[in-house]
Amino acid sequence: MQVKLKIFRYNPEVDKKPHYDKYEVEADPTDRVLDLLEYVKGNFDGTLSFRRSCAHGICGSDAMRINGRNRLACKMLVKELGTDKILVEPILGLPVIKDLIVDMEPFFANYRSVLPYLINDEPPPKKERLQSIEERERFDDTTKCILCACCTTSCPSYWANEQYVGPAAIVAAHRFIFDSRDRAGAERLRILNDQFGVYRCHTIFNCTEACPREIQVTKAIGEVKRAIATGKIE
Amino acid sequence: MNNYHQFDVVVVGAGGAGLMAALYASKTASTAVLSKLYPTRSHTGTAQGGVGAALGNIEEDHPEWHTFDTVKGSDYLGDQDAIEFMCYEAVQAVYELEHYGLPFSRTADGRIAQRPFGGHTNNVTGKPVSRACYAADRTGHMILQTLYQQCLKNNVNFFDEYQVVDVLIENGAAAGVIAIELASGEMHVFHAKAVIFATGGHGRIWEITSNAYSFTGDGPAIVMRRGVPLEDMEFFQFHPTGIYRLGILITEGVRGEGGVLINDKGERFMEKYAPTVKDLASRDVVSRAMYLEMREGRGIGGKRYLYLDMRPETVNKYAALDGRKRPDGSPYVVTGEELLAKLPDIVDFARTYLGVDPVTQMMPVQPTAHYAMGGIPTNKYGEVVIDEKNTVMPGLYAAGECACVSVHGANRLGTNSLLDLIVFGKHAGLRAAEYSQGADFQKLPADPTEFARQQFEAIRNSDGDEKAYVIGNEMKSVMFDEVGVFRTEQGMNLALEKVRELRERLKRVRRPDQGKIFNTEVINIWELGNLLELAEVTTISALARTESRGGHAREDYPKRDDANWLKHTLAWWDHGQVRLGYKPVVITKYQPKERVY
Repeated sequence: MQVKLKIFRYNPEVDKKPHYDKYEVEADPTDRVLDLLEYVKGNFDGTLSFRRSCAHGICGSDAMRINGRNRLACKMLVKELGTDKILVEPILGLPVIKDLIVDMEPFFANYRSVLPYLINDEPPPKKERLQSIEERERFDDTTKCILCACCTTSCPSYWANEQYVGPAAIVAAHRFIFDSRDRAGAERLRILNDQFGVYRCHTIFNCTEACPREIQVTKAIGEVKRAIATGKIE
Repeated sequence: MNNYHQFDVVVVGAGGAGLMAALYASKTASTAVLSKLYPTRSHTGTAQGGVGAALGNIEEDHPEWHTFDTVKGSDYLGDQDAIEFMCYEAVQAVYELEHYGLPFSRTADGRIAQRPFGGHTNNVTGKPVSRACYAADRTGHMILQTLYQQCLKNNVNFFDEYQVVDVLIENGAAAGVIAIELASGEMHVFHAKAVIFATGGHGRIWEITSNAYSFTGDGPAIVMRRGVPLEDMEFFQFHPTGIYRLGILITEGVRGEGGVLINDKGERFMEKYAPTVKDLASRDVVSRAMYLEMREGRGIGGKRYLYLDMRPETVNKYAALDGRKRPDGSPYVVTGEELLAKLPDIVDFARTYLGVDPVTQMMPVQPTAHYAMGGIPTNKYGEVVIDEKNTVMPGLYAAGECACVSVHGANRLGTNSLLDLIVFGKHAGLRAAEYSQGADFQKLPADPTEFARQQFEAIRNSDGDEKAYVIGNEMKSVMFDEVGVFRTEQGMNLALEKVRELRERLKRVRRPDQGKIFNTEVINIWELGNLLELAEVTTISALARTESRGGHAREDYPKRDDANWLKHTLAWWDHGQVRLGYKPVVITKYQPKERVY
């Protein structure tokens, strides 16, 4: 099938402002949008710039806005779009560096702010720490996060105020707050009980809809809110 | 000097090996990690099924059994001292990951869950043993996340999206690296006492591959241009179960949980090729069996794929025939929900890329280029060794897939790559830090970026009519057809000629992006150059080895030949020509014998 690609372009070394370029390419319905971008770069315009690595939805490099929704380009098949018109733009809320590449540093700074690592100063046993299947299941969903930023950059609250820590950072915090082996849950809850913490979330559910790992992001944020409200991690 | 940095230890690459090295080196030495990707984008994250360690949480197991299985899996080309070291270190290394917070799946009694994997056996019965420690089917993702988190906790210095393009060697010792900061296009000099390469593999040489775009063999290509040989490059693993046409990995854990391979006649054909362990034979054996089935017209619909069947009714049927039991002695029976819980990503991949629900439908699969057994030669401490006598180059280290210790020999067992990363990443980090405490910085050359600049100016100023995209596709196609699962002299000569032609054509690519900021086109052309040079080294090493062993299967020399070929290949890149040498395999306890599964 023939598809019409319209791609956001901005090269700070030559362009005063962004514009869109259009390409018509022959596509297989099972092609990934990433395949089409590679084809355009390889055959029409080598300056087209985007990030990608694993190309199957695990590394989290190629989050972009495809027909208005945050998607991984490698997980979005042409046939799933239901149209032959494909609009590709950078994710919103982070500064555009070049074409589809945005500055990820503010996103990772928010991630780092929630102490995203296991904290437990008790001397570990010789073997593994024990954890029941139920305790492990409690935080299973949020361990799937690949830090692609699809959720955070789909959130109107984040667009409105980039000081908001954002859904991805709360997901990272959730992963440790509800891990029975961790001992710093209260400290993370204190961090997120801030004017730019969890209460910026107005349960719009864009994040959950955008997550390519199908994490129940809004639910996880709700659980963190409840833990702050009740003072109990359960 | 602008863009000049100084660290005791510089780690190149931020996957499992690089992060483990950085964690350990940074305890005692100033350490920087340079990565062309954000660390969490590294290819370690795509590993699925598990990390091998004889914890014995499910059933009896011993590091000694793990050692023997790995030696046998390597087709006796692995160095037995290093294999033993790895398999004994494995147990503590996995506990250490757990202590770092890795969310392993759990057994009913709260221990780390384990599942069977190809080639891992009970050495008494010969039956599969549960040795793969897993976190659902995203074990690599959890290792990568956990190690990155620990590096953040320990304030490791990261230089994200810095593409390393050259290593500096002065007075026969490592002196630092040259890197391009992708965001600015600027070249940076990293002056270091010790340099650890942990850049991953080079599976992008082949058309059907499970490997990331970023797996372009940068580390091996960089050190090879500076005179370091590469070891056993003819050995590249083709994983049996890649998604048809796309090559995306479907973990061997599917077969560990009871899935089977099925041909066009509906037969579980692995019974013929490996009567004892069947679908859980080692990967080279299974991939060859699949090719033979397809060649004899039993691919699905006569095409170049077979089915991987993990439907509960199929799993339960064959588990009953095999007499498979659960740890409590009851018959092994699974439900769709259990499979979904244990293999959620596999279900997601099949649905997304195949439009198939693996709980109710079979998945079309074909062998996919997966893992480099060969690479930068090292000893078991991660020190790079540069000749037939294993002479150490001071200050230069390598770990993970880019290195060749050699613990995988001619064929790697599943779960041993994640193990390799954590064990040898750790020891490379420790050794590099220790070395840097007693060493001085080497004096840098007057113009340290000269060699790197030459390479990049040639690319930037190219003004021909060739497309790198086309050259890359031609390389992948010929290498998959002629230097793949089965090989012949005639086919490999064809591939060699083609690869040399493509190297010439790459010098005449059309004028690339002239910008500085995120000039990914110029970087991609340089990466393709790496792949082409490694493809040439691979093919020449493979042509010379007139035997079949592990992942190197020659139709014109179908037998293993221990009398002549029980030795490691070393390949030097000598002014654009490849020169070969050989060094002995370390054999301690296990004398080579015929390999039967």
